[in-house]
Amino acid sequence: MVASVLSVAPSGIIPEPFLRAESVAGKFFLMFFAVAFFAAVFGGVLFLASLFKGRKGEQAQGALFAAPAVLLLSIGLVYPAVLTIIQSVRGKSGEGGFSLSNYSAMFTQPELLLVLRNTALWVILVPFLATAIGLLYAILIDRARGEAFAKALIFLPMAISMVGAGIIWKFVYQYKQTERPQIGLLNQILKSLGFETQQFLLEAPLNTLMLIVVMVWIQAGFAMTILSAAIKAIPDDIIEAARLDGVSGLKMFRHITLPSIRAALVVVLTTIAIGTLKVFDIVRTMTAGQFDTSVVANEFYSQSFRYNAPGLGAALAVLLFILVIPIVVYNIIQMRKEA
Amino acid sequence: MAHKSQRRSAMLLSSLVAVSLGVAACGSSEDGGDGADAGASGDAKTKIDCAPYEAFGDIKGKTVTVYTSITAPEDEPHIKSYQPFIDCTGAEIKYEGSKEFEAQLPVRVKGGNAPDIAYLPQPGLLKTMVATGKVIEAPPEVAANVDKNMPDWKEYGTVDGKFYGAALGANVKSFVWYSPAAFEEKGYEIPKTWDDLLTLSDKIAADDPDSKPWCAGIESGDATGWPATDWVEDVMLRTAGPEVYDKWTNHEIPFNDPAVATALAEVGKILKNDKFVNGGQGDVKTIASTSFQDAGLPVLDNGGCYLHRQASFYAANWPEGTKVAEDGDVWAFYLPAKDETTKPVLGGGEFVAAFADRPEVKAFQTYLSSVEWANERATTCGTGGCVTANKNADPELLKNPVDKLSAQILTDESATFRFDASDLMPGAVGSGTFWKGMTNWITGQDDKATLDYIENSWPKS
Amino acid sequence: MSTVQTGALPESFEPADLEPPSKQQKLKKSTGEAAGALQSRWASLVAVLIAVLWTTPTLGLLVTSFRSQRDINRSGWWTALTDPGGFTLENYRQALEPGSSASLSQYFINTIVITVPAVLLPLFLASLAAYAFAWMPFPGRNALFVAVFALQIVPLQIALIPLLDIYVNKLGFGASYWSVWLSHTIFALPLATFLIHNFMRELPAELMEAARVDGAGHVTIFFKILLPLLTPALAAFGIFQFLWVWNDLLVSLVFLGGTPDVAPITVRVAELSGSRGSAWYLLSAGAFISMIVPVAVFLALQRFFVRGLLAGGLKG
Repeated sequence: MVASVLSVAPSGIIPEPFLRAESVAGKFFLMFFAVAFFAAVFGGVLFLASLFKGRKGEQAQGALFAAPAVLLLSIGLVYPAVLTIIQSVRGKSGEGGFSLSNYSAMFTQPELLLVLRNTALWVILVPFLATAIGLLYAILIDRARGEAFAKALIFLPMAISMVGAGIIWKFVYQYKQTERPQIGLLNQILKSLGFETQQFLLEAPLNTLMLIVVMVWIQAGFAMTILSAAIKAIPDDIIEAARLDGVSGLKMFRHITLPSIRAALVVVLTTIAIGTLKVFDIVRTMTAGQFDTSVVANEFYSQSFRYNAPGLGAALAVLLFILVIPIVVYNIIQMRKEA
Repeated sequence: MAHKSQRRSAMLLSSLVAVSLGVAACGSSEDGGDGADAGASGDAKTKIDCAPYEAFGDIKGKTVTVYTSITAPEDEPHIKSYQPFIDCTGAEIKYEGSKEFEAQLPVRVKGGNAPDIAYLPQPGLLKTMVATGKVIEAPPEVAANVDKNMPDWKEYGTVDGKFYGAALGANVKSFVWYSPAAFEEKGYEIPKTWDDLLTLSDKIAADDPDSKPWCAGIESGDATGWPATDWVEDVMLRTAGPEVYDKWTNHEIPFNDPAVATALAEVGKILKNDKFVNGGQGDVKTIASTSFQDAGLPVLDNGGCYLHRQASFYAANWPEGTKVAEDGDVWAFYLPAKDETTKPVLGGGEFVAAFADRPEVKAFQTYLSSVEWANERATTCGTGGCVTANKNADPELLKNPVDKLSAQILTDESATFRFDASDLMPGAVGSGTFWKGMTNWITGQDDKATLDYIENSWPKS
Repeated sequence: MSTVQTGALPESFEPADLEPPSKQQKLKKSTGEAAGALQSRWASLVAVLIAVLWTTPTLGLLVTSFRSQRDINRSGWWTALTDPGGFTLENYRQALEPGSSASLSQYFINTIVITVPAVLLPLFLASLAAYAFAWMPFPGRNALFVAVFALQIVPLQIALIPLLDIYVNKLGFGASYWSVWLSHTIFALPLATFLIHNFMRELPAELMEAARVDGAGHVTIFFKILLPLLTPALAAFGIFQFLWVWNDLLVSLVFLGGTPDVAPITVRVAELSGSRGSAWYLLSAGAFISMIVPVAVFLALQRFFVRGLLAGGLKG
């Protein structure tokens, strides 16, 4: 059952037998216990809430419903975010006195400037390319035979981890000298066309574009799914009316389809943009940020955990927050408009 | 240098053991917990003197967690080598190896979840860890063992006058791998001096239009560049001598000092010479994208090159079935010095750092610094790389010929040993800009720009 | 090198913003002539071209995973298509073998033990919070909701050390499944709350009001009326969270450690892919072993997933 206990950590609020398990049965017991435990907490909150009556009670109920999530978020994200901001203004080690040196380093050191340039490339190219391809594909296969299958082909990459995607594409980009047999598909194509083979992951800035392709490959399926749903939701009468007015083809697309799915487009663009800013698995798997391919999220990880410069890492994280703020604000404005 | 020890990857997949001995026990028996019995079956047990560990009191059933960068399959022989200690004390050793070791260790230490023991592949990392205030000074028993068994290595485990970590494994980096058969066929001799080496390279380049004399690769994930720093260090020892090398390591001369420039230019004669590299891969730039594990393979079977400079631990990288011996498929010679009167040797190793001072942890630290462990390590060795820093260990127990050769070089009185400089430099340089600078140097940056870049990154203090 | 998984859900989505301009919806009908006109012969050609481009990389690695180590390095995988004689399962055998199948199943069990609560818990908490944000007036509600939404921007890496510190020193969990479950929950909450909230806002207010008139309390409404209606949104988010947790490496490495008695399957695959140079024969097989479950689950459940998106966002 719940097997031998490791007396490493001090015993805390959960008794040791419910904390760790080594046998299979013990692990599953632990898992079910956890689910039951959380369900009990969930039920407890609801029971507590049902005790409150009246108008004041209603407000208390609301606060109580939101409390568990808000509490966890405060501890798990808000508190670390505040720590990070403090660290970022306390020198490279994150422990010194007040200084803006990390921020000035970010905008003066050539290799960090390069990181910023790469991040800009990513955040501009990925959302637009992924959305454009997703939209084009959604329109092309709309109501075609085998639509479901055609969709599955494109959004399958979403189920693959970014590490897996990195491996898949690294193989596509494999380099061998031109005169040798190729094992990478892309170089084989170059060779068949009579060009020299290329080291795609080595030559800057080509390599950054090659990494961006991987992210577009993953995200286009997401864009396609949502945009396809939005296209299908365009009411028939609008289209009928337009058709009676003699609108068709690209005009129909520009004047009817595009405006109708504008909101969906905005959502797709912004979510992909947020995801892109935070992406680092692809870079890490494929080049580890070498050869001028690093991006902010990857650089943050390297500086904080590898180069022992948590202060500089923190400043990079703060930059990430700042970069995402316009996107969040825009979304909030959209939300307000609709509310 | 980032887990070089870990990076002696194996192309050959060997079996993964249940990494924690405790797991093996608990998987089969319901009560678990009794670590003393775990894994005790199988190999003939080595009997050792238990007295030094009994001095720490009764630690039966206590657990020591060990966190390292040494992963499967090389973790298995490591785990086996703990058996005599387990038999003596009844303590349990819980081993965890991870490739993410170097990024994860600081996270765990700062998060308050440090392992009891960590094997640090660089003295520079030891310094960083000591600075967190969480590393415990080595107990007197360990210090005594070190004074007796590896006095030369004590300084590397010492920070600000306090001794923290005994050396564990050791390796020799000044090796050039070659194929004895190919050499014999072409009538090449093992070069005795640096100039001989360059002459030989020229000769090979002229003889064999289909191959290059050298092959090299420095790609190693986020540690890309380290094999190139080893090149510079090895050559620096030869062109500038050990004293200047030490000054360079300690930043008593700047990184862009003329002495360093000379060494780098010398390295460039090989690594940046399209006539000499990169056998089996392509032009100079391919060095940057060829993984260090794959880089030496063209030495075999006329695969495109004749010479590959890499440390002793590269022995584990040859494909399964390759005979590594003087009369085998592949063998290594000492990277020659300027002349035959000096014998500088570049090497590296891991260090044992403790984050807890419980008796069982101290007892285990003591065991790891003992002659008994070093011998057990040699006896239970797998594919090689089992040389320790322990000079009192019995070299005859080492099975792998390269290990034997390494042990011989490490204990050679006429050789001048120097620790890998990048491992001793501050992390920002030694596992940061030095790697990155060398990578950029390979992909086209000139000597001066490279050295200036690294010099400018040296932490001001 | 590292094969770490992080970042927030890059695939995140916000269906409620998918407001079509009109109030009607008839999903079956066409996009109209824009598409109609485009659906000429060359249009299908473009579609096929994109589909081929999107599947070929995966196909290439899949074919490679069935070729011998020797063949992989000597010729391109496409040559195997015309000469299919040399396929082998050897790579899979080798990738699975280390430690025997027992140990691989151990990793699988660990993954399941990690995944189930890490998917259910955020669903519990987020639907509670989302209900409050959507239908229960309380002071500071809007500001709090915006704050929760905005927390999507926090990269989870910054939380690693502070959270570990709390688990170890304040709660006494140490490295345990509890730490992993809670961490995954925390990292998922902003998106989950936001998504489910938007879905709830779309439900007609009359539904709630009618129930209130009948004297039902919030708890009753939540369980009797909302939860059944919520199923598509919960399913959609559940799938995302499942993919995320299943593919995660970083969170479990930090909060649980990498020993086989606790570590998930991703740790094993990362070991395969990390230090073996370009050992494509192992990498390819390892990558596909790690993909099987998430891809199968995703394909099996994609109907619910799309339905969740549609239901959440596109009903006017």
